[in-house]
Amino acid sequence: MITKRIIPCLDVRDGRVVKGVNFEGINDVNDPATLAKYYSENGADELVFYDITASHEGRRLFTDILTKVAQNVFIPLTVGGGINTIEDFDRVLKCGADKVSVNSGAIKNPSLITEAAKKYGNQCVVISADVKRVDGVFTVFSKGGRENTGMEAISWIKRCVDMGAGEVVVNSIDTDGVKNGFDIELLKLVCEAVNVPVIASGGAGSTEHFVKLFKEIPEMSAGLAASVFHFGEIKINELKKELKNNGIKARI
Amino acid sequence: MIAIIDYGIGNLFSVVSSFKYIGADAIVTSDPEKIKECDRILLPGVGAFEDAAKKLRETGLDKVIIKEAKAGKPILGICLGMQMLFEKSYEYGEHNGLGLLKGRVIGMQGVIDEKLQIPHIGYNDLIFKKNHPLLKYINEGDFVYFVHSYYAVDCDDSLVAYAEYDKDITAIVAKDNVMGCQFHPEKSGEVGLNILRAFCEMETVK
Repeated sequence: MITKRIIPCLDVRDGRVVKGVNFEGINDVNDPATLAKYYSENGADELVFYDITASHEGRRLFTDILTKVAQNVFIPLTVGGGINTIEDFDRVLKCGADKVSVNSGAIKNPSLITEAAKKYGNQCVVISADVKRVDGVFTVFSKGGRENTGMEAISWIKRCVDMGAGEVVVNSIDTDGVKNGFDIELLKLVCEAVNVPVIASGGAGSTEHFVKLFKEIPEMSAGLAASVFHFGEIKINELKKELKNNGIKARI
Repeated sequence: MIAIIDYGIGNLFSVVSSFKYIGADAIVTSDPEKIKECDRILLPGVGAFEDAAKKLRETGLDKVIIKEAKAGKPILGICLGMQMLFEKSYEYGEHNGLGLLKGRVIGMQGVIDEKLQIPHIGYNDLIFKKNHPLLKYINEGDFVYFVHSYYAVDCDDSLVAYAEYDKDITAIVAKDNVMGCQFHPEKSGEVGLNILRAFCEMETVK
């Protein structure tokens, strides 16, 4: 049977990996190519790269680095950040990305999802949603979690899947950076609403949090995290052994 | 030299990179002369069967591939490229493949347990059905990366390995020099690279 996937996420700005805590107070961690190779050799099932660069120069640096990573790393690579048009899809796919993650770009122009799915296949289009509770309602935020769109999250995610997204990354802003565990309540609702793979993001602080995620939501396909992996607080190989010990299928 | 067939389908970046990484010479080509000169052929493919089959026919590459395969040259199809090796596919209608392997390609929708997600995405473990040189450097139970919604059935004696996803999902097929992987060896870490290494060592079948 298919395994649960463990996915380190690398936020890249101006060619360097960074990670924000609650999206603020970003500090440098390491070189993307080095980290990517380290992860692929140490049990990561996939890698996600988010380009959080704003400038053209930074974007060029990003695609250079992506090309370098993709030439040496042979596990699936997902790229996100600044994806607003079909040309953006084309740009990162040519540099070795396997899947492309859209967030604010899909909020601005939802038909981008359908257009991309038709051109590259559903498996290539990942919808990424930043979600936060506002007056008790799960609400979608855009622009890296800064802007409230006013849209209810579950219906937005469902709509994206209906339009052709083949995978969903759900990032809970409420649990992100807090290291108190994944947002089980939110993730359960998403898994019930869609029948494509769902990737949990935001809140992983320990191995137990991953065990709890997959035990409480058996349909969950993958768990994603950044700083806990980058700083070595969780070693992926050990995490997978622990999953296996708990009867959760993992690639070892 | 490996000829990676370029018929305008899918992204060849990873396939090219993986051969380069394992130290194998490969060229991306649609030139029948160059394909003839190479000692093995890789048929990639991502996307819809009908489109891909049409492109192979329009470019005349279907005849080139069939001729080289019949001459005993090792040929490996990946994902849709594997599906193209079969007689027929029922993806949106009924379409003819290259007919190098016996069998047909059908959709998972309505066949596998409806609670399971389609496409079948992620790492699944290989169960060996018979031995084959392609398995030289890998073991039963090794994980490989799948992304697909259609799969091959009725492959008879060409079935080498499968993976369980409610049904037995055809994973590796081979008949003499004609081989295919439903999963992506170029995206399956060291296990996948080892399959490509074994492919690079195979000799022309006379």
